Amino acid sequence: MFDIGLSHYLTVSAIVFSLGICGIFLNRKNIIVILMSVELMLLAVNINLVAFSAELNDLVGQVFALFILTVAAAEVAIGLAIVVVYFRNRGSIAVEDVNMMKG
Amino acid sequence: MIVQVVAFYLFSFLIVASGVMVISSKNPVHSVLFMILAFFNSAGLFILLGAEFLAMILVVVYVGAVAVLFLFVVMMLDINFVELRQGFLRYLPIGGVVAFILLAELLVVLGGWQLSAEAPTAIAAAAPAPENITNTHALGQLIYTQYIYLFQAAGIILLIAMIGAIVLTHRHRDGVRKQKISDQLKRRAEETVTLHKVPTGKGV
Repeated sequence: MFDIGLSHYLTVSAIVFSLGICGIFLNRKNIIVILMSVELMLLAVNINLVAFSAELNDLVGQVFALFILTVAAAEVAIGLAIVVVYFRNRGSIAVEDVNMMKG
Repeated sequence: MIVQVVAFYLFSFLIVASGVMVISSKNPVHSVLFMILAFFNSAGLFILLGAEFLAMILVVVYVGAVAVLFLFVVMMLDINFVELRQGFLRYLPIGGVVAFILLAELLVVLGGWQLSAEAPTAIAAAAPAPENITNTHALGQLIYTQYIYLFQAAGIILLIAMIGAIVLTHRHRDGVRKQKISDQLKRRAEETVTLHKVPTGKGV
Protein backbone atom coordinates (compact mmCIF):
# COMPACT_ATOMS: atom_id res chain seq x y z
CA MET A 1 0.00 0.00 0.00
CA PHE A 2 2.66 2.50 1.01
CA ASP A 3 5.37 1.09 -1.17
CA ILE A 4 4.71 2.19 -4.73
CA GLY A 5 5.89 -0.43 -7.17
CA LEU A 6 5.32 -1.60 -10.70
CA SER A 7 1.93 -3.17 -9.97
CA HIS A 8 0.50 0.14 -8.74
CA TYR A 9 1.25 1.81 -12.05
CA LEU A 10 -0.04 -1.20 -13.98
CA THR A 11 -3.29 -1.07 -11.98
CA VAL A 12 -3.80 2.61 -12.79
CA SER A 13 -3.16 1.94 -16.44
CA ALA A 14 -5.55 -1.03 -16.43
CA ILE A 15 -8.27 1.17 -14.94
CA VAL A 16 -7.69 3.90 -17.51
CA PHE A 17 -7.70 1.37 -20.35
CA SER A 18 -11.02 -0.07 -19.15
CA LEU A 19 -12.43 3.44 -18.92
CA GLY A 20 -11.47 3.97 -22.56
CA ILE A 21 -13.25 0.74 -23.58
CA CYS A 22 -16.30 1.77 -21.54
CA GLY A 23 -16.30 5.21 -23.19
CA ILE A 24 -16.41 3.66 -26.65
CA PHE A 25 -19.49 1.67 -25.64
CA LEU A 26 -21.27 4.53 -23.89
CA ASN A 27 -20.78 7.21 -26.52
CA ARG A 28 -21.58 5.11 -29.53
CA LYS A 29 -23.04 8.05 -31.41
CA ASN A 30 -20.48 10.74 -30.76
CA ILE A 31 -17.35 10.07 -32.75
CA ILE A 32 -15.41 12.86 -31.05
CA VAL A 33 -15.80 11.27 -27.63
CA ILE A 34 -14.86 7.91 -29.17
CA LEU A 35 -11.62 9.47 -30.40
CA MET A 36 -11.02 10.84 -26.90
CA SER A 37 -11.56 7.36 -25.45
CA VAL A 38 -8.99 5.98 -27.89
CA GLU A 39 -6.60 8.65 -26.63
CA LEU A 40 -7.22 7.52 -23.06
CA MET A 41 -6.40 3.94 -24.04
CA LEU A 42 -3.16 5.02 -25.71
CA LEU A 43 -2.30 6.97 -22.57
CA ALA A 44 -2.80 3.81 -20.51
CA VAL A 45 -0.46 1.94 -22.84
CA ASN A 46 2.13 4.68 -22.44
CA ILE A 47 1.90 4.52 -18.65
CA ASN A 48 2.47 0.76 -18.89
CA LEU A 49 5.53 1.16 -21.09
CA VAL A 50 7.09 3.87 -18.95
CA ALA A 51 6.42 1.90 -15.77
CA PHE A 52 8.18 -1.17 -17.17
CA SER A 53 10.98 1.02 -18.48
CA ALA A 54 11.56 2.44 -15.01
CA GLU A 55 11.25 -0.95 -13.34
CA LEU A 56 13.67 -2.76 -15.65
CA ASN A 57 15.99 0.24 -15.98
CA ASP A 58 15.74 0.00 -19.77
CA LEU A 59 15.27 3.19 -21.75
CA VAL A 60 13.85 1.42 -24.80
CA GLY A 61 10.39 1.48 -23.23
CA GLN A 62 10.50 5.25 -23.16
CA VAL A 63 11.62 5.37 -26.79
CA PHE A 64 8.67 3.17 -27.67
CA ALA A 65 6.29 5.42 -25.71
CA LEU A 66 7.67 8.39 -27.65
CA PHE A 67 6.80 6.71 -30.96
CA ILE A 68 3.33 5.82 -29.70
CA LEU A 69 2.86 9.48 -28.83
CA THR A 70 3.84 10.45 -32.39
CA VAL A 71 1.47 7.98 -33.98
CA ALA A 72 -1.35 9.02 -31.63
CA ALA A 73 -0.90 12.67 -32.61
CA ALA A 74 -0.97 11.77 -36.31
CA GLU A 75 -4.03 9.59 -35.79
CA VAL A 76 -5.93 12.37 -34.03
CA ALA A 77 -5.07 14.87 -36.76
CA ILE A 78 -6.31 12.56 -39.52
CA GLY A 79 -9.37 11.44 -37.54
CA LEU A 80 -10.51 14.96 -36.78
CA ALA A 81 -9.90 16.00 -40.40
CA ILE A 82 -12.15 13.15 -41.51
CA VAL A 83 -14.78 14.22 -38.97
CA VAL A 84 -14.67 17.81 -40.26
CA VAL A 85 -15.00 16.70 -43.91
CA TYR A 86 -17.81 14.31 -43.00
CA PHE A 87 -19.68 17.01 -41.10
CA ARG A 88 -19.27 19.40 -44.03
CA ASN A 89 -20.81 16.87 -46.41
CA ARG A 90 -23.56 15.38 -44.25
CA GLY A 91 -24.25 17.93 -41.53
CA SER A 92 -23.97 15.32 -38.79
CA ILE A 93 -21.31 13.26 -37.06
CA ALA A 94 -23.57 10.53 -35.71
CA VAL A 95 -21.80 7.22 -36.17
CA GLU A 96 -24.87 5.38 -37.44
CA ASP A 97 -25.24 7.85 -40.30
CA VAL A 98 -21.94 6.61 -41.66
CA ASN A 99 -23.45 4.09 -44.06
CA MET A 100 -22.90 5.49 -47.52
CA MET A 101 -20.34 2.83 -48.35
CA LYS A 102 -22.67 0.04 -47.29
CA GLY A 103 -22.80 -2.55 -50.07
CA MET B 1 9.28 8.74 0.31
CA ILE B 2 5.92 9.70 1.79
CA VAL B 3 5.74 12.60 -0.64
CA GLN B 4 6.07 10.20 -3.55
CA VAL B 5 3.34 7.96 -2.20
CA VAL B 6 0.97 10.87 -1.68
CA ALA B 7 1.80 12.25 -5.13
CA PHE B 8 1.23 8.86 -6.75
CA TYR B 9 -2.19 8.43 -5.17
CA LEU B 10 -3.16 12.02 -5.95
CA PHE B 11 -2.14 11.76 -9.61
CA SER B 12 -3.72 8.34 -10.03
CA PHE B 13 -6.98 9.36 -8.42
CA LEU B 14 -7.16 12.48 -10.59
CA ILE B 15 -6.40 10.47 -13.75
CA VAL B 16 -9.15 7.96 -13.01
CA ALA B 17 -11.67 10.62 -11.94
CA SER B 18 -11.05 12.77 -14.99
CA GLY B 19 -11.18 9.64 -17.20
CA VAL B 20 -14.66 8.94 -15.82
CA MET B 21 -15.65 12.54 -16.51
CA VAL B 22 -14.27 12.36 -20.07
CA ILE B 23 -16.55 9.50 -21.00
CA SER B 24 -19.59 10.63 -19.02
CA SER B 25 -19.84 14.40 -19.23
CA LYS B 26 -22.72 15.87 -21.20
CA ASN B 27 -20.77 18.58 -22.95
CA PRO B 28 -17.87 17.47 -25.18
CA VAL B 29 -16.01 20.69 -24.32
CA HIS B 30 -15.96 19.52 -20.71
CA SER B 31 -14.77 16.12 -21.92
CA VAL B 32 -11.82 17.75 -23.65
CA LEU B 33 -10.97 19.79 -20.58
CA PHE B 34 -11.06 16.70 -18.36
CA MET B 35 -8.86 14.92 -20.90
CA ILE B 36 -6.34 17.75 -20.49
CA LEU B 37 -6.47 17.20 -16.71
CA ALA B 38 -5.88 13.47 -17.20
CA PHE B 39 -2.86 14.14 -19.40
CA PHE B 40 -1.39 16.62 -16.94
CA ASN B 41 -1.65 14.10 -14.14
CA SER B 42 -0.13 11.34 -16.23
CA ALA B 43 2.75 13.70 -16.88
CA GLY B 44 3.06 13.84 -13.09
CA LEU B 45 3.14 10.03 -12.95
CA PHE B 46 5.86 10.00 -15.62
CA ILE B 47 7.93 12.40 -13.54
CA LEU B 48 7.50 10.12 -10.54
CA LEU B 49 8.82 7.28 -12.71
CA GLY B 50 11.83 9.35 -13.74
CA ALA B 51 10.81 9.92 -17.36
CA GLU B 52 10.99 13.70 -17.38
CA PHE B 53 11.37 14.10 -21.11
CA LEU B 54 8.26 12.06 -21.86
CA ALA B 55 6.34 14.02 -19.23
CA MET B 56 7.22 17.31 -20.91
CA ILE B 57 6.47 15.88 -24.35
CA LEU B 58 3.12 14.65 -23.06
CA VAL B 59 2.23 18.15 -21.90
CA VAL B 60 3.48 19.79 -25.09
CA VAL B 61 2.01 17.33 -27.57
CA TYR B 62 -1.22 16.37 -25.88
CA VAL B 63 -2.21 19.54 -24.08
CA GLY B 64 -0.63 21.88 -26.59
CA ALA B 65 -1.62 20.21 -29.83
CA VAL B 66 -4.07 17.33 -29.54
CA ALA B 67 -6.40 18.83 -26.93
CA VAL B 68 -6.44 22.18 -28.72
CA LEU B 69 -7.27 20.34 -31.95
CA PHE B 70 -10.14 18.57 -30.18
CA LEU B 71 -11.40 21.84 -28.70
CA PHE B 72 -11.19 23.50 -32.10
CA VAL B 73 -13.19 20.76 -33.81
CA VAL B 74 -15.78 20.49 -31.02
CA MET B 75 -16.38 24.22 -31.07
CA MET B 76 -16.25 24.58 -34.85
CA LEU B 77 -18.82 21.91 -35.65
CA ASP B 78 -22.35 23.02 -34.98
CA ILE B 79 -23.72 19.80 -33.54
CA ASN B 80 -26.66 19.04 -31.35
CA PHE B 81 -24.82 17.08 -28.70
CA VAL B 82 -27.97 16.26 -26.75
CA GLU B 83 -29.16 14.16 -29.67
CA LEU B 84 -25.85 12.35 -29.80
CA ARG B 85 -26.16 11.36 -26.16
CA GLN B 86 -29.31 9.35 -26.73
CA GLY B 87 -28.70 5.71 -25.96
CA PHE B 88 -26.14 6.55 -23.27
CA LEU B 89 -28.18 4.79 -20.61
CA ARG B 90 -29.12 1.99 -22.98
CA TYR B 91 -25.48 1.11 -23.55
CA LEU B 92 -24.45 1.71 -19.94
CA PRO B 93 -25.08 -1.91 -18.78
CA ILE B 94 -23.25 -3.64 -21.63
CA GLY B 95 -20.41 -1.11 -21.66
CA GLY B 96 -20.06 -1.34 -17.90
CA VAL B 97 -20.08 -5.15 -17.99
CA VAL B 98 -17.48 -5.35 -20.75
CA ALA B 99 -15.22 -2.78 -19.10
CA PHE B 100 -15.64 -4.46 -15.71
CA ILE B 101 -14.79 -7.91 -17.07
CA LEU B 102 -11.74 -6.51 -18.85
CA LEU B 103 -10.61 -4.69 -15.73
CA ALA B 104 -11.17 -7.77 -13.57
CA GLU B 105 -9.15 -9.90 -15.98
CA LEU B 106 -6.32 -7.39 -16.08
CA LEU B 107 -6.26 -7.18 -12.29
CA VAL B 108 -6.30 -10.98 -11.94
CA VAL B 109 -3.35 -11.13 -14.30
CA LEU B 110 -1.60 -8.45 -12.28
CA GLY B 111 -2.34 -10.20 -9.01
CA GLY B 112 -0.92 -13.57 -10.03
CA TRP B 113 2.15 -12.24 -11.79
CA GLN B 114 5.54 -11.01 -10.79
CA LEU B 115 8.75 -10.11 -12.50
CA SER B 116 11.18 -12.99 -12.45
CA ALA B 117 14.43 -12.28 -10.69
CA GLU B 118 16.56 -12.71 -13.79
CA ALA B 119 14.27 -10.60 -16.00
CA PRO B 120 16.45 -7.48 -15.98
CA THR B 121 19.45 -9.49 -17.10
CA ALA B 122 17.50 -11.57 -19.62
CA ILE B 123 16.57 -8.63 -21.83
CA ALA B 124 18.45 -9.02 -25.09
CA ALA B 125 19.79 -5.55 -25.74
CA ALA B 126 18.86 -3.54 -22.72
CA ALA B 127 19.71 0.14 -22.80
CA PRO B 128 20.20 1.02 -19.16
CA ALA B 129 19.98 4.68 -18.32
CA PRO B 130 23.57 5.84 -17.92
CA GLU B 131 24.47 7.37 -14.60
CA ASN B 132 24.99 11.10 -14.05
CA ILE B 133 23.33 12.31 -17.25
CA THR B 134 19.77 13.53 -17.50
CA ASN B 135 16.88 11.50 -18.83
CA THR B 136 16.61 13.74 -21.90
CA HIS B 137 20.31 13.34 -22.64
CA ALA B 138 20.13 9.56 -22.37
CA LEU B 139 17.01 9.33 -24.54
CA GLY B 140 18.63 11.56 -27.15
CA GLN B 141 21.74 9.39 -27.25
CA LEU B 142 19.57 6.32 -27.76
CA ILE B 143 17.18 7.79 -30.34
CA TYR B 144 19.79 9.46 -32.50
CA THR B 145 22.05 6.42 -32.65
CA GLN B 146 20.26 3.12 -32.33
CA TYR B 147 16.76 4.21 -33.30
CA ILE B 148 17.57 6.78 -35.95
CA TYR B 149 15.61 4.97 -38.70
CA LEU B 150 12.54 4.66 -36.49
CA PHE B 151 12.91 8.32 -35.62
CA GLN B 152 12.98 9.26 -39.30
CA ALA B 153 9.98 7.01 -39.93
CA ALA B 154 8.09 8.80 -37.15
CA GLY B 155 8.90 12.10 -38.84
CA ILE B 156 7.61 10.79 -42.16
CA ILE B 157 4.41 9.59 -40.47
CA LEU B 158 3.87 13.07 -39.07
CA LEU B 159 4.55 14.64 -42.47
CA ILE B 160 2.06 12.29 -44.16
CA ALA B 161 -0.51 13.02 -41.46
CA MET B 162 -0.03 16.75 -42.00
CA ILE B 163 -0.38 16.46 -45.77
CA GLY B 164 -3.39 14.17 -45.37
CA ALA B 165 -5.17 16.53 -42.99
CA ILE B 166 -4.55 19.47 -45.34
CA VAL B 167 -5.71 17.54 -48.42
CA LEU B 168 -8.81 16.29 -46.62
CA THR B 169 -9.99 19.62 -45.27
CA HIS B 170 -8.89 21.89 -48.11
CA ARG B 171 -11.78 22.75 -50.38
CA HIS B 172 -12.17 24.71 -53.53
CA ARG B 173 -14.76 27.45 -53.20
CA ASP B 174 -16.24 29.47 -56.02
CA GLY B 175 -16.39 33.22 -55.77
CA VAL B 176 -13.18 33.55 -53.84
CA ARG B 177 -10.56 35.74 -55.49
CA LYS B 178 -7.15 34.20 -55.20
CA GLN B 179 -3.87 35.06 -56.76
CA LYS B 180 -3.27 32.74 -59.71
CA ILE B 181 0.33 33.25 -60.63
CA SER B 182 0.20 31.23 -63.85
CA ASP B 183 -2.69 33.35 -65.12
CA GLN B 184 -0.79 36.49 -64.25
CA LEU B 185 2.30 35.32 -66.06
CA LYS B 186 0.29 34.24 -69.10
CA ARG B 187 -1.12 37.74 -69.71
CA ARG B 188 0.32 39.55 -72.71
CA ALA B 189 0.12 43.23 -73.45
CA GLU B 190 -1.79 42.58 -76.72
CA GLU B 191 -4.69 40.92 -74.88
CA THR B 192 -5.12 43.51 -72.23
CA VAL B 193 -4.13 46.88 -73.65
CA THR B 194 -6.19 48.36 -76.50
CA LEU B 195 -5.44 51.65 -78.12
CA HIS B 196 -8.33 53.88 -79.13
CA LYS B 197 -8.14 56.76 -81.54
CA VAL B 198 -10.03 59.47 -79.69
CA PRO B 199 -11.50 62.16 -81.89
CA THR B 200 -10.74 65.67 -80.73
CA GLY B 201 -13.44 67.22 -78.61
CA LYS B 202 -15.65 64.07 -78.45
CA GLY B 203 -14.28 61.70 -75.84
CA VAL B 204 -14.31 57.92 -75.98
